[in-house]
Amino acid sequence: MIGLGLSPAADRSAHALRLSWVLMAGLMGATVLALGLGAASVSLPRVLADLLAGRGVAPQDHLVLMQIRLPRLIMGGLIGAALGVSGALMQGLFRNPLADPGLVGVGAGAGLGAVLAIVLGASWAISVPLAAFVGAWGAVVLLYRVATRGGQTSVAVLLLAGVALAALAGAATGVLVYLADDRQLRDLTFWSMGSVAGASWEKCLWAGAFILPVLLLAPRLGAGLNALALGEAAARHIGHPVQRLKTLTVLAVAAATGAATAAAGGIGFIGIVVPHLLRLASGPDHRHLLPNAALLGATLLILADTAARLVVAPAELPIGILTALLGAPVFLWILLRQARWEA
Amino acid sequence: MIRWVLALTLMTTGAMAEPRRVVVLGGTTAEIVAALGAQDRLVARDSTSTYPETLTALPDVGYLRALSPEGVLSVGPDMILAEAGAGPAEAVEVLKASGLTYVTVPEGFGPEDIAKKITVIGAALGQEQATKMLAAQVEAGLTEARAKADATTSRKRVLFILSLQGGKVMAGGEGTAAEAIIALAGGVNAATGFQGYKPMTDEAVLAAAPDAILMMDRAGPGAVALEEVKALPALAASPAVQAGAVIRMDGLKLLGFGPRTPEAAAELRAALYGG
Repeated sequence: MIGLGLSPAADRSAHALRLSWVLMAGLMGATVLALGLGAASVSLPRVLADLLAGRGVAPQDHLVLMQIRLPRLIMGGLIGAALGVSGALMQGLFRNPLADPGLVGVGAGAGLGAVLAIVLGASWAISVPLAAFVGAWGAVVLLYRVATRGGQTSVAVLLLAGVALAALAGAATGVLVYLADDRQLRDLTFWSMGSVAGASWEKCLWAGAFILPVLLLAPRLGAGLNALALGEAAARHIGHPVQRLKTLTVLAVAAATGAATAAAGGIGFIGIVVPHLLRLASGPDHRHLLPNAALLGATLLILADTAARLVVAPAELPIGILTALLGAPVFLWILLRQARWEA
Repeated sequence: MIRWVLALTLMTTGAMAEPRRVVVLGGTTAEIVAALGAQDRLVARDSTSTYPETLTALPDVGYLRALSPEGVLSVGPDMILAEAGAGPAEAVEVLKASGLTYVTVPEGFGPEDIAKKITVIGAALGQEQATKMLAAQVEAGLTEARAKADATTSRKRVLFILSLQGGKVMAGGEGTAAEAIIALAGGVNAATGFQGYKPMTDEAVLAAAPDAILMMDRAGPGAVALEEVKALPALAASPAVQAGAVIRMDGLKLLGFGPRTPEAAAELRAALYGG
């Protein structure tokens, strides 16, 4: 693969494609693990043998696999992919490897929505995710309007207004937390730690309706984000419709992260680390980075969720704790190693 | 021979009607199950079910409001006895759809709610005799406590402090379980004007002038010492601290509103007014 005639860019591209295959294999492996492992004893080989032999699967096995593990697996995959891709999009848009989806107010808006629903006593199961989603979208639309003047969106204003909006939403959340009773406080705490435990087919369906289009659209933004890395003026001169690119990116992030946060609460870390790891492995080309971020994000979240289900079985850990607890030290270690190489 | 066959049929039908493998979710529910003498049928509990202490030997399926359906099912239960606050809603839906018996025990933090809880749990377990006995016993205890409370002429003002984090008094206001148990013990809640458990300002604490301070008894480093209460300017001058009337009781017993409530009321009463 040293390819004498190949330019470094083409070599990198081939490398990124190979990485995609590896990541896909990883995702398959994670899928098998997540379906096969859990607190309940369900033997995958036995279920497969039952299916192949035309016998019905035992009702208990069917329940655990079809109503608990499979929706949870799909949900975890969707959310991981959404967070990974959103992170890569935001870092491309802000031209800063530290950017994460929280910067456009999605997290703050979703949090405020969820707290509102919990404290003001919504009784139906869907109300908390719904309110979180509405909150996320409301925040993004508001920010986008503040930052857009004369048809031009200022990325800097977007960032600063995002900080202001997060503070405002934080204060409103504080007021509601003050009003909450002790049980609602417990619910709030658990929501903010994130969990895929509430996965159901319905949730998968409506989260997928927002996340899947974004996953399909995102790679098409890759070339534009690559150009944007040179600066807005340069990108415009090469002939990229910069304003349209910004609008699409912000909307994509709002849809994907809004749906992910609404469905599973606050799961940090995936959005910032996944693109970073991939850039270390295969360079900053967004055309490859975006699809690979979806694959790696999904794999990591599925693995983290499997661990969350197993560590303290039959109870389980909130996944947000696990992603940060396991991911942050690994991330630090990679950064330190990288710094040593560069020195 | 016929008698033997009959006995066997009776035994098997009995076994079919009565759940043998029960998961209990909620501290007070677990207490009632144990009080009904059905503790040997429990196969798992949630993290709030800690009394009687022997329960802690059972597998813990996690916190009542953050359950994992697969974890609960993994212990192979035929019945789930859950307090109304169990969640998340999706997990409860999966458990209900799983074909095993899911019984919701009503929640409530008043003396009148205890009988309801006992009835629901007793019916679910098929323990008619024990249910009647326990309900009657609790009712008798409550009647006695109420009579004594009604007979109290000069009621003491009691401030329930949930926590003293960072010198802020988190007190039990109106409509709380703390208020209900204070009333049952013949006291009167000193914290009024707000609902639920809220931080009180120092001046309100001062104005409340409690005759006694009531706190939950937590073993370990989280426990608040009398010195800590004394160190707060707002409380140092209160009649409670002057008289050294800082009462500490087990949280589940004090606020759970289960079979131990009459005992808790009597204990609190004794601490307030003397034996």
